[in-house]
Amino acid sequence: MMHAEQTLMEAATPLLQVQGIRKLYAPGKGVDGVDFDLYPGEVLGIVGESGSGKTTLLGCLSGSVIPDQGRVLYRNRDDRELDLYNISESDRRALLRTEWGVVHQHARDGLRMGVSAGANIGERLMAVGGRHYGQLREAGENWLREVEIDPSRINDTPGTFSGGMQQRLQIARNLVTGPRLIFMDEPTGGLDVSVQARLLDLLRNLVMDLGLAVVLVTHDLAVARLLSHRLMVMKHGKVVEHGLTDQVLDDPRHPYTQLLVSSVLGN
Amino acid sequence: MGEQRKRNLKMNAMIRVDNLCKGFTLHNQGDVSYQVLEQVSFTVARGECVVLDGPSGSGKSTLLRSLYANYKPESGRIWVRHKNSEVDLVSALPRDVIDVRKHTIGYVSQFLRVIPRVSTLEVVMEPARRLGVSREESLVRAQGLLRRLNIPERLWSLAPSTFSGGEQQRVNIARGFVVAYPVLLLDEPTASLDAGNREVVVDLIRSARDSGAAIVGIFHDADVRNRVADRAIALSARKTQAIAEET
Amino acid sequence: MNLQQAQSNDTGGYNFAYLDEQTKRMIRRGLLKAVAIPGYQVPFGGREMPLPYGWGTGGMQVTATVIGPDDTLKVIDQGADDTTNAISIRRFFARTAGVKTTEVTTEATVIQTRHRIPETPLRSGQILVYQVPIPEPLRFIEPREVETRTMHALQEYGVMHVKLYEDIARHGHIATTYAYPVKVNGHYVMDPSPIPKFDNPKMDQCPALQLFGAGREKRIYAIPPYTRVRSLDFEDYPFEIQRWDESCEFCGAADSFLDEVITDDQGGRIFVCSDTDYCRQRQQQQQPAVNEETCP
Repeated sequence: MMHAEQTLMEAATPLLQVQGIRKLYAPGKGVDGVDFDLYPGEVLGIVGESGSGKTTLLGCLSGSVIPDQGRVLYRNRDDRELDLYNISESDRRALLRTEWGVVHQHARDGLRMGVSAGANIGERLMAVGGRHYGQLREAGENWLREVEIDPSRINDTPGTFSGGMQQRLQIARNLVTGPRLIFMDEPTGGLDVSVQARLLDLLRNLVMDLGLAVVLVTHDLAVARLLSHRLMVMKHGKVVEHGLTDQVLDDPRHPYTQLLVSSVLGN
Repeated sequence: MGEQRKRNLKMNAMIRVDNLCKGFTLHNQGDVSYQVLEQVSFTVARGECVVLDGPSGSGKSTLLRSLYANYKPESGRIWVRHKNSEVDLVSALPRDVIDVRKHTIGYVSQFLRVIPRVSTLEVVMEPARRLGVSREESLVRAQGLLRRLNIPERLWSLAPSTFSGGEQQRVNIARGFVVAYPVLLLDEPTASLDAGNREVVVDLIRSARDSGAAIVGIFHDADVRNRVADRAIALSARKTQAIAEET
Repeated sequence: MNLQQAQSNDTGGYNFAYLDEQTKRMIRRGLLKAVAIPGYQVPFGGREMPLPYGWGTGGMQVTATVIGPDDTLKVIDQGADDTTNAISIRRFFARTAGVKTTEVTTEATVIQTRHRIPETPLRSGQILVYQVPIPEPLRFIEPREVETRTMHALQEYGVMHVKLYEDIARHGHIATTYAYPVKVNGHYVMDPSPIPKFDNPKMDQCPALQLFGAGREKRIYAIPPYTRVRSLDFEDYPFEIQRWDESCEFCGAADSFLDEVITDDQGGRIFVCSDTDYCRQRQQQQQPAVNEETCP
């Protein structure tokens, strides 16, 4: 799919503008002043060790953690600028069901374990008014194929899936409404290495094919290098270094980044 | 150098490096700091191949990586002609650098970064696919290059992780030539290759240059160097000057 | 008969219709809110009734609240006036309120029902009180009360169709045959209590007032007269009611909800109207000369 032209045309305005986000649980714990812009089709990696604030930051960006200060501005499909914490709860939830997606670290947090894979994928479509069973089923089968799950498993519940399959199902569930921005929290956490490889491959291709913008939180530098265009390194709630991913990892300048990079085996 | 030639160079300049300074500070090793590039300036025109010369540690690789924005200089400018305008890689936004890398600058590094599960063909095709070239066309180009570089067909569907150093290098080279980049950066492209494959690479470089590409390369093999380079830029250890010499 | 006269009858020391007047006021306020917001579940301070949860305490509290000395009460259980529970509840109100009771739908002003809507069309001025076990239609998929309240407020009903989708995926058709979810007045999705889906169309544009009481969960909701009530479905799997090949063995009705009755050990069976009054009325029309007491 050719999306390069579109990306260049939209490139003039950022998709997401994050300004002065602050959410502190204690000094140095949480998010202490983060700003950045994200453009369509960009994958931003946020790396840091536990306690760096990266998960809190992701929460603030995706609407699940209300920041003490700062704004998150999103430009929607109709080219309207939405101030995430100034719109109604209803609009925020609608955003999360349509133009945004959230991929949780544990698939169980992002799936309905009690209903079939097809229902999991179809739910968002039903939530926005999908009322044709045949079409919903077709969408389910197509998306299962996209995430490399055998479509014949469409009636099985996620409990019967392996960890990697659950994660891929979670991704399908999010992508079915064609979101433009995805938030991912350690998408490969807890998976076996070979399973991780498969998932990363899928993510890489989907991001490229669909022109998705992604904010990806991970502690794994290899994942960050593979998937993200830009990287932000966090420590104690602050961004200590940011830039092009390969630049930050190959030419780290901040002492903490250098420590992080040198600590990784085989980097 | 004649004035006419200087003027020609300026007009056709694909790359203009202006007073580049690059050093490193190792904070976790007692804050040891050293300067690698100091006040480096030069230009590279369309259709010329410039070779970076100098002993080990003189900053050749650092300079090449800086030209790809893989390293970030402290000061100076690197102007690249990109889509009818000039982009300064030092101050550009990450997404603009990515755009430049997609359309304008190709880079053949010394080591192939292997992604699990991605076949050799896919690795080579990717830069073309990202530009929007059709799958069929990308495939044709990739297959052609792999054939030229003597990578047997039975290896095409495998991920290159188990390949020898020389095979990986050739896959890397194929990937670098699948798109006709206006600017090519080559870091020791023939290092692990036998004579036959070296020939192929020399041909590829010369063809690219004759088609108008601006090429900057590091070649440790004198023979290869002599056959592809139009001129050399000499870097000396710890202190650099740019000298343009006709070869 | 007015309240004083009613209370002077022997109601065994209980206030009229068992509940005290303050409680009735509280429930009436809740009912007003429920009527003002069709399909919305209003919490209320349910009282301890002299029978356990699951036996109609919610319905009884609503009946006790709306019933007056001049009302005529009918109580049915799965369509029949003569089951143990229906008789007990009818007797309860006869004792504590001294009201007239009846088995004839057209004569009643207040009808309390468990799991059926009478076949005889209701008219303006009648009140139908449903007994409800679980009022929350989203409970099957979302256990958190806070979340279901938010979902109702924001009309996030995608999950209701998920349930129907699952039915079709598993059984090839929407397998829900009772407590079939409906959308009321174009806004709230409601559980109509465990009535068969056969009865769902009767709720739409009904001239009578429909009140729902859940005693254990302490919720009341309402459908005011002439309100749009639509059963949820898919475009390609539209809502359908049950049909029988047989008709009623006693009255010949082909359009009422039929119960299957096994008559012998060889598997013999007959189908009879579940609504006993409807069946009896039809039989009387067909054989007007026959004495009422000989009718089954």
